[in-house]
Amino acid sequence: MSKEQVFDLTTHTVRDLNQALHGLNGATSGPDFKVLNAQGDHALAVGIDAPVKVEIDGHVGYYCAGMNKHANVTIHGNAGTGLAENIMSGVVRLKGNASQAAAATGRGGLVIIEGDASARCGISMKGVDIVVQGSVGHMSAFMAQRGRLVVCGNAGAALGDSLYEAEIYVRGTVADLGADCEAKEMTPEHLAALDELLKRAEMPYPASEFRRYGSARKLYHFNIDNADAY
Amino acid sequence: MTTRDPGLIPSYLFSRDVIHEIQRAATEGIYDIRGGGAKRYLPHFDDLVFLGASMSRYPLEGYRERCDTNVTLGTRYAKKPIELKIPVTVAGMSFGALSAQAKEALGRGATAVGTSTTTGDGGMTPEERLSSKTLVYQLLPSRYGMNPDDLRKADAIEVVLGQGAKPGGGGMLLGQKINARVAGMRDLPPNIDQRSACRHPDWTGPDDLEIKIRELREITDWEKPIYIKVGASRTYYDTMLAVKAGADVIVVDGMQGGTAATQNVFIEHVGIPTLPAVRQAVEALTELDMHRKVQLIVSGGIRTGADVAKALAMGADAVSVGIAALIALGDNSPSLDEEYRKLGSAAGYYDDWHAGNDPAGITTQREDLAPRLDPVKGGRRLANYLRTLTMEAQIIARACGKSHVHNLEPEDLAALTVEAAAMAGVPLAGTSWVPGRY
Repeated sequence: MSKEQVFDLTTHTVRDLNQALHGLNGATSGPDFKVLNAQGDHALAVGIDAPVKVEIDGHVGYYCAGMNKHANVTIHGNAGTGLAENIMSGVVRLKGNASQAAAATGRGGLVIIEGDASARCGISMKGVDIVVQGSVGHMSAFMAQRGRLVVCGNAGAALGDSLYEAEIYVRGTVADLGADCEAKEMTPEHLAALDELLKRAEMPYPASEFRRYGSARKLYHFNIDNADAY
Repeated sequence: MTTRDPGLIPSYLFSRDVIHEIQRAATEGIYDIRGGGAKRYLPHFDDLVFLGASMSRYPLEGYRERCDTNVTLGTRYAKKPIELKIPVTVAGMSFGALSAQAKEALGRGATAVGTSTTTGDGGMTPEERLSSKTLVYQLLPSRYGMNPDDLRKADAIEVVLGQGAKPGGGGMLLGQKINARVAGMRDLPPNIDQRSACRHPDWTGPDDLEIKIRELREITDWEKPIYIKVGASRTYYDTMLAVKAGADVIVVDGMQGGTAATQNVFIEHVGIPTLPAVRQAVEALTELDMHRKVQLIVSGGIRTGADVAKALAMGADAVSVGIAALIALGDNSPSLDEEYRKLGSAAGYYDDWHAGNDPAGITTQREDLAPRLDPVKGGRRLANYLRTLTMEAQIIARACGKSHVHNLEPEDLAALTVEAAAMAGVPLAGTSWVPGRY
């Protein structure tokens, strides 16, 4: 492993950082990256396509680690809108709280939020696993298509509204379920898979403390008798 | 000519079409869904004419003196702007709405004449990337198929806020067209009715969009031109905000612009026609001193070289064709009339593009229908059509004394109706009167 590369954003630009990261795109390994003084900048560490480790000190703005592939990104701070949006693979760990639309449309990989996540966490997710140690805001997993949203705290209103095939697990309370989202049986297979995911996310909770939610699949085809739900 | 019995007085308000629709709705319990754009009469480019050269202007010799048609898109920020040979592009149409064969044919035709095609709600197919030399990749609210690899493979990125057929509406693809491949690309279960989001999931409003665009530029190392596409409604303000958000190119789609599947009520009653939208967009760009610096692409009812020339004269840098491109491929061909009639339609009327039973093999995913479209032959027909449009626009430009189609200007135009004069901002023919201006 070559020497750690340090980008202090008081002296480097976001462009400098991303250009250096993109220089490794397609590589099978690379140096570790340390980002200092993130200062809430937007679009930090976006579009990485290499199995590199990135540590970011400070709060980050919108879309940090957006469209990540393979990289392991840790943020020591809070994150603005769209953390790890459309993540493809790799791991993004946020030590603080996330603003709205965390991991929106994510297609793979794992996003761990050690604090709370605001509204629309996991909106339109397409395969990503999201684990939130705290609570999530309203309309989380809205139109979620694939993947798993795990909430160790409580869920806000309209959880899983217009849900497709994503799975939702909540340990605390749910303010209310959105249209076409319903409680589901927790089978031994689901328990085992959730336990594995919780371990991977380093969460100190057993799967048995969670309840599962999924799509009732009543809105998959238009039916005038469901007009109240549209 | 239609005839009716004496004494049977038709109602204008409750016409036979209206009565039919009420009866259909009462029977089926669902709104009418169809493809295409607004069908009803709307003020359009037909209501404008060119003032050809005369005593005070001299024309260029047709076919002999040069009249260039090239256009460069994305000069504001992109490191690699797009260079097109003609100012006519192919609008975004998804694989899913269209067959893979149709998408390939569009790419072949556009490439043959040096212009671009655009993906759609469903992502980029390998066939499309291979066949289209210049490909614009759409970022839509659904984000179906969105991934950074395709972003980097694209020649430009189009952030879609809306389309002319349904400003404020999301995509729709009914279950009969969601086969295994389409479902896989969209991460959806096969055969369900897909109604995709109308708002982007990770930004709200122009301030957020500015940050979103910055992310896209960072991911692609500032190489790609970034377009913002809006359905025509509050076009003046939308254009202003798109410039502010950092667009390289603005695409304005009027209400005549097509869709693969949308509620008829949406198509006919939401949005404004292309004619006033072009004027509003150009006014906004001019006011910001961004005209020609941020390029403007106009779509929605472009059919002929005259439409192309008129849009350019009003200030557009290029136009896009959608419905016309499908017709060029073979949609609504008279040779298929018998099959259209079996589907309850007829050649020249078929717009059930959502149903997936297109006998032309264009708006379908059926394995027995899609291969009917030969991508090579279809591409050739599209290339023929695009070349014809370009030559027609050149004929008009030369007649107005212009050595480049971009030299056409509003001063070359006159309006045939008061409505068109007001909407386009050009004088009523034979007068110097622009309603609302002087």
